[in-house]
Amino acid sequence: MRSRFQQGLDDLKERLLRMGGLAEQAIDRATEAYRTRDSKFCQMVLAGETAINDAEREIDELALDLLAMQQPMAVDLRFILAVLKINADLERVGDQAVNIAQRVLDLISEPEIPLPVDIPRMADGVSTMVQRALESFLDGKAEVAEAVLQMDSIVDRMKDEAFVVLVQKMHDDPACTRQALDVLLIARSLERIADHATNIAEDVIFWVRGADVRHGGAHYRE
Amino acid sequence: MPNSVPPSTSQKLSLWRRLTDWGATGFAILAAVLVIVPLMAIFVYLLIKGIGSVNLAFLTQTPKPPGELGGGMANGIIGTGLILLVASGLGIPLGIGSGIYLAEYGRNRFGDMIRFTADVLNGVPSIVVGITVYSLIVVRQKHFSAFSGGVALGIMMIPTVARATEEMLLMVPNVVREAAFGLGIPRWRTTLSITLRTASAGVITGCMLAFARVAGETAPLLFTAFGNQFWNLKLNQPTAALSLQVFTYAISPYDDWHKQAWAGALILILLIVGAVAAVRIVTSRGTLKGA
Amino acid sequence: MGVGIEVRGLKAWYGKNESLHGIDMSVPANHVTAVIGPSGCGKSTFVRCLNRMHETIPEAYAEGSVKVGEMDVYGGGSDPVEVRRRIGMVFQKPNPFPTMSIFDNVAAGLKLNGFRNRKQIAELVERSLKLAALWEEVKDSLHKKSGASLSGGQQQRLCIARALAVEPEVLLMDEPASALDPISTSKIEELIFQLKQHYTVVIVTHNMQQAARVAELTGFFLMGNLIEYDKTEKIFTTPADKRTEDYVTGRFG
Repeated sequence: MRSRFQQGLDDLKERLLRMGGLAEQAIDRATEAYRTRDSKFCQMVLAGETAINDAEREIDELALDLLAMQQPMAVDLRFILAVLKINADLERVGDQAVNIAQRVLDLISEPEIPLPVDIPRMADGVSTMVQRALESFLDGKAEVAEAVLQMDSIVDRMKDEAFVVLVQKMHDDPACTRQALDVLLIARSLERIADHATNIAEDVIFWVRGADVRHGGAHYRE
Repeated sequence: MPNSVPPSTSQKLSLWRRLTDWGATGFAILAAVLVIVPLMAIFVYLLIKGIGSVNLAFLTQTPKPPGELGGGMANGIIGTGLILLVASGLGIPLGIGSGIYLAEYGRNRFGDMIRFTADVLNGVPSIVVGITVYSLIVVRQKHFSAFSGGVALGIMMIPTVARATEEMLLMVPNVVREAAFGLGIPRWRTTLSITLRTASAGVITGCMLAFARVAGETAPLLFTAFGNQFWNLKLNQPTAALSLQVFTYAISPYDDWHKQAWAGALILILLIVGAVAAVRIVTSRGTLKGA
Repeated sequence: MGVGIEVRGLKAWYGKNESLHGIDMSVPANHVTAVIGPSGCGKSTFVRCLNRMHETIPEAYAEGSVKVGEMDVYGGGSDPVEVRRRIGMVFQKPNPFPTMSIFDNVAAGLKLNGFRNRKQIAELVERSLKLAALWEEVKDSLHKKSGASLSGGQQQRLCIARALAVEPEVLLMDEPASALDPISTSKIEELIFQLKQHYTVVIVTHNMQQAARVAELTGFFLMGNLIEYDKTEKIFTTPADKRTEDYVTGRFG
């Protein structure tokens, strides 16, 4: 029975990683849409949401079956619990990518205004966090996950700086309020994605080490 | 049947199987019948030959001198009872005791020796037992006695009772003993009150078998109880026994005595069967539902 | 009320074979402690050493220190029969005394140890059967039905009642539910949970889910050694030793 169970665990891992790939792809496309102001990338993100939601449902079902049928213990039990949580986080990442795409569509419909916020740079940082978090899950490496936790504060700072700048801009130049708001919301979505990446990393640490590192340490929310 | 076997072959196989099945069952039934038939034949023959001579006088009077008609074997009936009482009093306790030793404590070389000795004793001819007891007890005491007769028969009972007890005790699953140990019951108490009690049905059967076997023995009593024409209830006097009487009367030249011999044999059989049945009834009253 | 058990340096042999290599374990009073491990790991041997049942097997012996409350089980003046009276045991296969009635079964431990007072015996039998959750089912046929006429689950509860009748302080259970169907098993587990109020229970089980359900503490044995001993939740969610983890996740055993 162990081999059948192992197959189930491997299947679960593979599906989750595939879903992670879809989520990463959504982030990249949304970023590309912002950079190129090409609505086709937005459409791709919107169209890709179904696949992510389907994946979430399938993974939840498979995990539930494994819990009921195989009575997993210890590390296997922690693994399945981690998978369930990461599943939820990745789906939220997909939602945030859709939000970004919708804001970009709105930006495209308005005249382009130069804003002193480097969204692509922020998006790259966030994308890296998600990628590293999924890597730590793939390899079961808690150290890689810990590195992701470190990066969250950087993204937080970027978001705070963007907020300050954009609020100032809206104050100085009310005509570009709409664009500024769109960019502000995009920055917020990116920060949210970073938080989800952090959650994923914490879940990996829980799985590998059995330690609950949430809400503590250097990553206490200010 | 697997589908790959063609129907005609499977039919042939099935027919062959059924035939051999009936054949084996028939053989078993035949064997059982062949066993019962001689037993029933003996019993019926005894009944026919002996029932005519069984009357109140036969059951209540002592033998009349040779030549005179009438008389009975009442003293033989009582005497047999007395001798068997002594025999059981010796054979059953010693037999059960040895059986307990062999089963619970004797799984070793010494136990094997005892077992071997018991098996050999079982095969000793009854007359040899009689002669041995004669020289050990009768010669010393300088008289024949019911007591020595009982000792001879008792010795013959021991191996059967011991082996039956051992077998039945070994059949009690070890978990029953463990349950008793777990309750803090000492070993000797466990053996007597739990293990022996569990095996009691089989042990009683063993005792009954031994009893039935020695009840009809004649040779050992020839030199020990010796027989007696008159009433005797004292253990240290020669005593009449049914088997002895039957022997004496059967080889006598008197017709009347021949008839009485048949009657005596019939009574002996009936008494043995009666005793075994009585024990069975009494012991089954104590069993519980589902036990 | 139950008492705690202190085990120090317990070793056991079958003839020349050392099967327990020095066990140290503290079993707290009024708790259920489970002992798990693969076949042949020594868990049954360990438990049987606690009430000196181990030495009833020919050529088997044990040494070390086992203190049950104030009683020094292997001490100089200790009598194995007395030890077994104070520590109750329930076995894997229900083993009621076959020729005895239900009443006599439960009373056996009392009667065969010299207890004479009929009224008290009857009271203890009733109390024990109630503790074992069997009273309602058998109270009308106590003397009429034999112990062996009950169903498997009922027989095991009868054996529990029998063990409780002599008022032990500790109850040892060697895979008590492994021969039973799921419903009887869950009744027994429920019973074990209730019993810990009055007794200290040590249960050997090869069923990890059962250990998880009934025991507060769990000890993992492997090849005659106690590998890990901790709260049950810890053993089954984040075991400290890799061997424990391999066993509870089913990678071996």
